[in-house]
Amino acid sequence: MGSEAIIEIKNVNRTYIDDKDNTVEALNDINLTVYRGEFVSVIGSSGCGKTTLLRLIAGLDVPETGTLLLEGEEITAPDPQRGYVFQQGGLFPWLTVEQNIATGLKARHVYGQNKAQVGHYIALIGLQGFEKSFPHQISGGMAQRVAIARSLINKPKALLLDEPMGALDSFTRADIQDKLLELRKENDTTMILVTHDIDEAIYLSDRVVIMTPRPGKISEILDIKMSHPRNRGGSEFLSIRSNILEKLHFASAQPQLDYTI
Amino acid sequence: MSIIKESTVPPLLKQGRNGKKHISDLRFILLTVFTVSGFILAVLANLLFRQLADVKITAYAYGSLVININEAYRIVLAVLILLYLGIAGCSFFRADRRVKFSKRAPFRFAVGIALALWDILGTKLLLLPQPFFPGPARIIEAFLIEGDYIWQNTLYSLRLFSVGFTLGVVFGVGTGILIGWFPKVYYWVYPVLKITGVIPAVAWMPFALTLFPTPFSAAAFLIVICAWFSIASLTAQGIQSTQRPQFEVARTLGAKTPFLVFHVAIPHAMPQIFTGISNANGFAFTTLVMAEMMGQPGGLGYYINASKVWSAYYKVFAAIIVMAVLFSLIMKGMGLIQRRVLRWQKGLVKSDGQ
Repeated sequence: MGSEAIIEIKNVNRTYIDDKDNTVEALNDINLTVYRGEFVSVIGSSGCGKTTLLRLIAGLDVPETGTLLLEGEEITAPDPQRGYVFQQGGLFPWLTVEQNIATGLKARHVYGQNKAQVGHYIALIGLQGFEKSFPHQISGGMAQRVAIARSLINKPKALLLDEPMGALDSFTRADIQDKLLELRKENDTTMILVTHDIDEAIYLSDRVVIMTPRPGKISEILDIKMSHPRNRGGSEFLSIRSNILEKLHFASAQPQLDYTI
Repeated sequence: MSIIKESTVPPLLKQGRNGKKHISDLRFILLTVFTVSGFILAVLANLLFRQLADVKITAYAYGSLVININEAYRIVLAVLILLYLGIAGCSFFRADRRVKFSKRAPFRFAVGIALALWDILGTKLLLLPQPFFPGPARIIEAFLIEGDYIWQNTLYSLRLFSVGFTLGVVFGVGTGILIGWFPKVYYWVYPVLKITGVIPAVAWMPFALTLFPTPFSAAAFLIVICAWFSIASLTAQGIQSTQRPQFEVARTLGAKTPFLVFHVAIPHAMPQIFTGISNANGFAFTTLVMAEMMGQPGGLGYYINASKVWSAYYKVFAAIIVMAVLFSLIMKGMGLIQRRVLRWQKGLVKSDGQ
């Protein structure tokens, strides 16, 4: 990992109005730099603005103040350079696996010369034999892999992952986590993952960004210097885990220290 | 020790969730015989029951072939018997088709019996009020007298329907997309659509007849507007109900507006567009026949009106039978197109199969 910045987030603020007409500070003065080839996870309890932050990076939303830059250029609208994988995959139900993966190429009008890429990505996610299946005919894990391949086929500079494994069982989850690390090597893609699963964040990331809610703020950024493949049960892993737990969980609530013996 | 009686098993279990019941060869052959036996009884009733009432059994000559109306009726029955035997033959080697065929056996048997009764009451005994309810042989007489004229009128109806309905679908889907996509168009056009949409299309007949150069184009116009309203409003709803995340997904993949319209919103709206088309289909048949009755130089509606003037109710029935067959075929064709276009829904929605 070089130290060349790819995404720079500078003094970003974002507020919105909720159902009860209250102004909610989703993001308060966020500053973050992500380097090329890095895997960064953003964790925090719900309502801490982590998804808002990811949507801003994607260009699906705009900040009130502050700027977001991709390689020095301001982010104003969605762009295939920043791939986005949604929580529920969001595959188009009327397209087959193959056609879903080809969507990006077709949308950019480069399908003709890149047809072979589709097969390559299907092989990469291990879905050979399911090319002609429709999304409802495959499992949730497979659908999520298709969603990832669909973004990666555009060769994005950064892949933004919004809790893509949130709705999956733990076996499928572990499987996709390994797949992500593998895919990351393929093009040296920078990845930013939003999650509320601490183990997932530690297992995958070079850095973990911890956010706290009301107002959404970055409270801490941790470097994870373990080498891959990481042992989820190892002592180093566990000590980082308890460290993060402490910062996250007990930053807001008082622990129950009521023991009866 | 307990004996479970068959009747205690819930019917769902007995048949299996998808009706995947196995039917043995012998049982299937018996069911086939059962299916056609009604029609065989109808043939026998026509042959053996004495003609008691005073009905003229006219014979018609086609070159060297002379055929009376009873013979023609029996030929029709024979064709039906052969048709069902043919279907049975095709179904023999496929378990699911066997089940389908077997399920329909009692109904087809009943149709045969109904024909036999109708023949006896309507022709042999002449107990039904005349001339309003002629027997089946008399209705077939209409085809013997002027089969080619009925055919010409059928073609006229078909042409009128095709032109009107195709244009209606094109305009309907087109405006629906515009209304669904552009809020401005929605604001200005949708209320007009909503108010004018409830008016039965034939109400515009007087205007249509004066404003259009030919009766054909006037009737086509009526079919266009009746199909247009229903299709446009459902298309618009389908476009508007596209979820925002689907557009967001597409935009992060590099999609621009035309792609969002043609590859996200329209495919998403497709099921509703087809609902609109099949609703419109029913309206269009009504409008077609009414328009033909009110001022067309041809068509099945015109034929009915012209026959009624001469109290030739058997011809009216003949036209009704042609309509039933023609409109069913059109509906069937639409259904096939729909199933092909929406094949991605197979297994996703409940209304699949039957």
